[in-house]
Amino acid sequence: MGLTFQSTQSNALTDMFKIDKKEEQYVIALAGNPNTGKSTVFNALTGLHQHTGNWPGKTVVSARGEFTHNGKENILVDLPGTYSLFASSVEEEVARDFLCFGNSDAVIVVTDATCLERNLHLVYQIIELTDNVVLCINLIDEAKKKNIIIDGQGIEKELGIPVVLCAARNGIGIKELKEAVYKVTAGRIKPKPKAVKYQNYLEEKIKSIQPFIEKNISGINPRWLALRVIDGDTKLMDSIFNNISKEPLEEIQKVTNTAASHYDKSIIRDDISEQIYKMAEEISAMYVKTDKAKLNRDRIIDNYITSKVFGIPLMLFTLALVFWITITGANVPSAMIADFLFGIEDKLTLWFNNMNAPVWLHGVLILGLYRTLAWVVSVMLPPMAIFFPLFTILEDLGYLPRVAFNLDHLFKKACAHGKQCLTMCMGFGCNAAGIIACRIIDSPRERLIAILTNNFVPCNGRFPTLIAISTAFLVSKEGIGPGILPVLSITGLVLLGIAVTLLVSYILSKTILKGIPSTFTLELPPYRIPQIGRVLYTSIVDRTIFVLWRAVIIAVPAGAITWILGNMYIGDLSIIGHAAAFLDPVARMIGLDGFILIAFILGLPANEIVLPILMMLYLSTGAMIEFESIDSLREILLNNGWTYLTVLNVMLFSLLHWPCATTLLTIKKETGSLKWTALSALIPTGIAFVVCFITTIVWRLFV
Amino acid sequence: MLKLDNISDGSHVTVESLSATGMLRERFLALGLTKGARIEVVRKGPSGDPTVYNIRGAMIAFRREEASLIAVNQD
Repeated sequence: MGLTFQSTQSNALTDMFKIDKKEEQYVIALAGNPNTGKSTVFNALTGLHQHTGNWPGKTVVSARGEFTHNGKENILVDLPGTYSLFASSVEEEVARDFLCFGNSDAVIVVTDATCLERNLHLVYQIIELTDNVVLCINLIDEAKKKNIIIDGQGIEKELGIPVVLCAARNGIGIKELKEAVYKVTAGRIKPKPKAVKYQNYLEEKIKSIQPFIEKNISGINPRWLALRVIDGDTKLMDSIFNNISKEPLEEIQKVTNTAASHYDKSIIRDDISEQIYKMAEEISAMYVKTDKAKLNRDRIIDNYITSKVFGIPLMLFTLALVFWITITGANVPSAMIADFLFGIEDKLTLWFNNMNAPVWLHGVLILGLYRTLAWVVSVMLPPMAIFFPLFTILEDLGYLPRVAFNLDHLFKKACAHGKQCLTMCMGFGCNAAGIIACRIIDSPRERLIAILTNNFVPCNGRFPTLIAISTAFLVSKEGIGPGILPVLSITGLVLLGIAVTLLVSYILSKTILKGIPSTFTLELPPYRIPQIGRVLYTSIVDRTIFVLWRAVIIAVPAGAITWILGNMYIGDLSIIGHAAAFLDPVARMIGLDGFILIAFILGLPANEIVLPILMMLYLSTGAMIEFESIDSLREILLNNGWTYLTVLNVMLFSLLHWPCATTLLTIKKETGSLKWTALSALIPTGIAFVVCFITTIVWRLFV
Repeated sequence: MLKLDNISDGSHVTVESLSATGMLRERFLALGLTKGARIEVVRKGPSGDPTVYNIRGAMIAFRREEASLIAVNQD
């Protein structure tokens, strides 16, 4: 009978990649190059029946979903995007291992219709591994725009596997895809893929090894295994042969050593890749019609976006534009919500008075809980709900790789990995998400640098603080343009954050995180027009719900506690008063005051509560300001001794200070190390103190 | 031997050989940089590095360090 992978299992690779399934369920693997719209296909097939997690033992995200067709249940496993089964990264390893050792019943390979030749490389590799393959040629709508015509049926005949043309974004081809998969798994179609025939000397070698493999090992395609023995990927060999006992292993090794003695392994790899691409070229030439004359829209756009002259200015402009839209867009809803909520506060106070409720109860519930909630919802929520969708649209467009391209020379000088620019950009949305994004950097050293510096870009939760303060102090009374100065100041702050990121990365890579820079390749995918309406709707709703949830869970209790601490007296001062007095000298040294420092400390759970808590602290010390609307913000701050120095330093401190609790927890999880987590808090804090100290000194000397 | 990092914008070249090793070599092969493959040098980025190349229809950017590991023949 021979040794099968199943029969020699104890805790080998297959166990890790075996998906739990019931008898009549099918496991379908979803593979493909990066940037082919694979996730769109995944979403189109599974709808809401999906969940994400991690591949066991690896920090690679895995997504599973389900769909039913013709009464059959299918478990869809989304594999990481990979260029080749010859893994050159952890993600590609996971994809390769699942396809080799996992228990999938069929594989859907998603390819990009506008780049089919390159994509076919992976397809050919996969059909060498298994017969049950369905080729999904996605982004047909994009291809049509570029006058690219694909003969799907011709390719089907040529390759010997079912081919489905899709535009998953619009749902085109999805039903046909489900049908094709069903037919393959149910045995209605028996694909007979025409695998690549290699150069003569390779075919000879395969012939000398394959029979032996067929005799001794089953459960894996013998031709594929013979090829792997020949081109000798040692890691793969180790994992395969871990499961086979000694003698067959030695036999095989003897055979391969004689077979491979004359040829350099890398020449063999080159020849194999060359042959695969030759076949891909042939198919492309015969069945894909391109229009050379058609103006390449992406090329023209990139001529500006990545040009030496316009590239960076356009980026700065885009950044400023995003902030401007956020600020102006948030104004009206902010005012409306504030009027509404603070109006209710008066009514609630009245109600409490009528009920003869105790003063402290009114204090905690209304002045503490409710006010904080009202603050977060009216001042913090609108900018967050607007910025995040804008950011998502830029992401979906494909803009971020262009940013990485434009800034790469800076990151190279800072000895940082090229992909760090991408993770830094992700930090704009949310620092915790940016930390997780750092997984795309393979080298642990460079990943750590990216993690430690991610905090220096202001996240979604910090923007409203920056916006509120700069708007309060920098909008001129005549209202020249809806706030050009706040936009400029925030843009400037972001640029400062990027500069600090680069500087700290440089220092880290020369001191505690020394090492050699690793290589990377950056693909600039074609621009894809995102479904703006859908993105806006889902992001705004998504963000709103998320922020409201966080407001209830975190901000509200924090506000209540703050009010209590601010009104429980020990001797002359409240508890907060004592704490503020204690911290005040240190705070004054860096141009802040004790209350501001406390607000930042109490704001550890979530950055957006810093300003509401500060308001709470100032008001609970009896500042006699009626809190009517957001305009009162400026008065309250001025009444508590704010100067332009305070404005500047609060903004700087907000940019540079320690990460929020969620981010810290994420860092702990990603690095597994308390030491690095502590450093990720200490380094930014240290820098924040130093920078604010310097500005204070300079200010006091010259102003 | 002509290296890719010395080719100017707008030129077309074909791949002759790769001097990269290990994972980078695999990545090059997977992206389609086999012998005889055509590369179009699209444009250099701000400050000259990295450079965008058109490889089999896809836009890929390499830094000078990576591009210097690809030996090419000018058309």
